[in-house]
Amino acid sequence: MFGEALVELGAADERIVVLDADVSSSTQTKLFGAAYPQRFFNFGIAEANMVSAAAGMAASGLVPVVSTFTLFIALRAGDQVRAQVAYTRLNVKLIGGYAGLSDFADGASHQSVEDIAVMRAIPHMTVVSPSDITTTRKALAAAIEHDGPVFLRVSRDNVGQAYDDDQPFTIGRGIRIRQGRDVTLVAAGPVVGLAREAADRLAAEGVDASVIDLHTIKPLDADLLAEEAGRTGAVVTVEEHNVLGGVGSAVCEALCERCPVPVLRVGLPDHFGESGAYPDILARAGLTVDAVVAAAKKAQAMKAR
Amino acid sequence: MAKPDFAAMRDECLQLRNTIVDIIHGAGSGHTGGSLSSVEILWTLFGHVLRYRPDEPDWAGRDRFVLSKGHAAPALYTVLAAKGFLDRAELTSLRKAGSRLQGHPDMRKCPGVEMSAGSLGMGISVGVGMALAARLTGADWRVYVLVGDGELQEGQNWEGLMAAAGFGLDRLTVIVDHNGVQLDGPVDEIMPLGDLEAKLAAFGLAVRGCDGHDCASVLEAVHWARSQDRPQAIVARTVKGKGVSYMEGESAWHGKPISPEDYAIAKRELAGT
Repeated sequence: MFGEALVELGAADERIVVLDADVSSSTQTKLFGAAYPQRFFNFGIAEANMVSAAAGMAASGLVPVVSTFTLFIALRAGDQVRAQVAYTRLNVKLIGGYAGLSDFADGASHQSVEDIAVMRAIPHMTVVSPSDITTTRKALAAAIEHDGPVFLRVSRDNVGQAYDDDQPFTIGRGIRIRQGRDVTLVAAGPVVGLAREAADRLAAEGVDASVIDLHTIKPLDADLLAEEAGRTGAVVTVEEHNVLGGVGSAVCEALCERCPVPVLRVGLPDHFGESGAYPDILARAGLTVDAVVAAAKKAQAMKAR
Repeated sequence: MAKPDFAAMRDECLQLRNTIVDIIHGAGSGHTGGSLSSVEILWTLFGHVLRYRPDEPDWAGRDRFVLSKGHAAPALYTVLAAKGFLDRAELTSLRKAGSRLQGHPDMRKCPGVEMSAGSLGMGISVGVGMALAARLTGADWRVYVLVGDGELQEGQNWEGLMAAAGFGLDRLTVIVDHNGVQLDGPVDEIMPLGDLEAKLAAFGLAVRGCDGHDCASVLEAVHWARSQDRPQAIVARTVKGKGVSYMEGESAWHGKPISPEDYAIAKRELAGT
């Protein structure tokens, strides 16, 4: 899906070039390469070089879309991203594939649970983590439309379609999937699905939960978060990322200043991923509907104190 | 472009050296050694090689010069001022709060700077991206990248060189300011580069050396580079701290502040005859 969306965008804008580092078969940028061979560059297994070269291309008027596994962008090429993409405010689009635990069988070496923390701490960087097919397509188009560096964190698996095709999508504006009174579930990435399911379960138990798809982690939609916290008085965050520095941390930072309420974070409790079937390792990492439901009830109880 | 007057260029380089020492002394910090070693290379490029418009620094048809060894910023700023990108008076703002002349070049602040630099080893890769962009868009400008030799210890340089050859970027010229000294000591002692020219050649570049303190030699090498059908590397033999006797070849002068006493000696030595 990502590969096809890229091909469509490439047809409309000749400035778009795609760079990959020997994973174009995995990231599906090979589709762009087949459609526009002149505008596709495989840099081999050399991510730092690829990111710096993208900066050189952007400085020359092109719109480079850099694609590889998430951790190789955020960590392997982190200095290049910082020094030559963010500090320079160049128009480079960094697409991190196989984010979170989605490269499940390959294990911790290939999984990315630190990238949001790194990327959102870099000035001028925009950080987007779409949750389904519709929002991934729209996030990619919005990233290219946006003038400046964008980091787009996408999952490996076909994440399914959760939104209608006409779902509005604006960088920096969270999507309120449902509005409740008792607790707000804030999620980013495919785990938005967990939050949706948890809200259904909570509803059956008489707890009225809001669900927010916080697809943009930076700039953060603090207005929406503050409004939600003000109404429900309790927040649970859900992320396929370390709970240190990620979505939960970003939400806490905003709410501490705008509307302090109890916030419980569901995510990897400061440990690495592992190999296994995707549902199994998500469960072992604590990313389950049960865990979100339990956190929601606990957060609700905390506000009552 | 006017025929080079190499005798005049020697005098001009002496003036540039004076200004570099002045502004680093005034700033209270800065990298004198690697700035002084790159003077003739920069002056030759900006004087007789690069196409540019100082009053229109973003002119699309300009040649691109990427300073990878960003700590030579004082030398680059001094040359940019001499060529009209900056008011010479602004040079004294080097490294001061609010200045466009950051300790290491910031492309968003200083006109004529093609890429922000400071973290080493990235410039060749940037040049690769620029040369690919030029080829894709059918532009006729060329890309020149100036790297330090100590900097070549960073692995990314070699990724960049591999890509330059792999993509066949014949309009990319890498110039090595081979002054033989890095912050902690001689390059050969800290981490030897071995046979640098052979390594560059093995990576698929056309390679030759030149005397990096002789503008005629630098210019001749660049003319040679422009006739090659693959990316080129010019290894410019230079002296760190060139022109100030006590700085020459001394790693201590990689980035030491210049005291008033040392400044007085440097200015005497750079007074010319």
